[in-house]
Amino acid sequence: MRHLLTTEGLERSEIESYLDDADEFVEVLARPIPKVPALRGKTVATMFFESSTRTKMSFEKAAKALSADTMSFSPGTSALKKGESLKDTILTIKAMGVDAMVVRHSDTGAAWRVADWVEIPVVNGGDGQHQHPTQALLDCLTLRRHFGKLDGLRIGIVGDIRHSRVARSDVFAMTTLGAEVTLVSAPTLLPLDVTGWPVATTSDLDDVLTELDAVYLLRVQAERGGASVFPSYAEYRQRFGLTRERFNRLKPDTVVLHPGPMIRGVEIDAAVADDPRALVLDQVANGVAVRMAVLFQLLGGERSE
Amino acid sequence: MRAVMDADAIARALRRIAHEIVEANRGLDQVMVLGIHTRGAPLAERLGKFLAEVEGTSVPVGSLDIGMYRDDLDTRPTTPLGHTELPEPIDGQTIVLVDDVLYTGRTIRAALDALADLGRPGKVQLAVLVDRGHRELPIRADYVGKNLPTSHTERVTVHLDETDGEENVTIHSMEGAPA
Repeated sequence: MRHLLTTEGLERSEIESYLDDADEFVEVLARPIPKVPALRGKTVATMFFESSTRTKMSFEKAAKALSADTMSFSPGTSALKKGESLKDTILTIKAMGVDAMVVRHSDTGAAWRVADWVEIPVVNGGDGQHQHPTQALLDCLTLRRHFGKLDGLRIGIVGDIRHSRVARSDVFAMTTLGAEVTLVSAPTLLPLDVTGWPVATTSDLDDVLTELDAVYLLRVQAERGGASVFPSYAEYRQRFGLTRERFNRLKPDTVVLHPGPMIRGVEIDAAVADDPRALVLDQVANGVAVRMAVLFQLLGGERSE
Repeated sequence: MRAVMDADAIARALRRIAHEIVEANRGLDQVMVLGIHTRGAPLAERLGKFLAEVEGTSVPVGSLDIGMYRDDLDTRPTTPLGHTELPEPIDGQTIVLVDDVLYTGRTIRAALDALADLGRPGKVQLAVLVDRGHRELPIRADYVGKNLPTSHTERVTVHLDETDGEENVTIHSMEGAPA
């Protein structure tokens, strides 16, 4: 059974095959009838035990554009409230006839547990502060469609890395595709141990600003304790925010990415967020195409060994 | 394994098909040629050149990938999607689909579905280099390079310079090999 749980250890060819298929799905989504019959008769369940706007809707749109049916689960109105365990919840929904599951959960490793319980493909839609592989794929797709390739691109991932599953996923996917990644962050906002990560680190954004081809901004993950490790949002903005003044110092072809939701005035100034070189909405659009590619490949026939 | 067409035979067949297309459509007005990935695409390019020679006008040529339209996605691994390239809108046009081998007809069924999602052609015609029989659907070709009677246990392979670095059509027996 094939799953997509993490970008760590994915082969370059595997990532590229998702991106190549996603390029074709970008074109499908631009058609007057943006729908193909590839997954007719399949059902995809989105199991989001943690809140989400874009990822959940993006997976649902992707499944529907492939003609799959979708079922969604939200914990607030579920039997979890009555004390049902995660495992029983998962097995119950699987028993209704589900062909693939997308799982988001606040606990690290949740998607791996689910993959052990069910004999269907599982996509990790975000587990705690650990991994969010489809976000990394859509970021890579956005950069590849903009620059043609990631080889040699200098990418700065800026801000609250410690609590960011996006950063963890992006680091491995982007470097596997040949990019050079620098983490720009304060010691309190870095993971405790980044030895072994294929990255450089710095605490001074202004130091690397003019060398970057892409600036990847992160939201402070206040819900995971991100706001408690620096003095104030004003100081965060001053050290790690892409202010209009910093934006003006970037190379003229440098682009800005953000996984959303953006907090304007903290990690990104409003004027920067609205600039054409901010690819935030391209990321969202490409996210649907990438998730189509993932569902298409995981739900297609079993690859022969 | 034996060769049933060489480079010259392939070129002659395509040139004849070009004449037949012009004759059947009384010219090339509103004719567009679309090759089905993988080997239909280069064949369509070549057919476009022969058509231009025959009529002295250029014909729009494009390609069609049917990977999202297969009916066996459950049982066969997905293969990388090819690029669908329409030179212009297909609405009202006479589309000549081009493929290398016509066998069960399922690829053409998928191609017709793909076309329907892309617009509403005026007519759809089918040109194939080889028709080896054994249809599983009510589909036939309008233009055939070579009719090749085969058995189910034989495999017909088209090699083209663009995709394979050689140029021929071969047939070989799969008898004894797992189906």
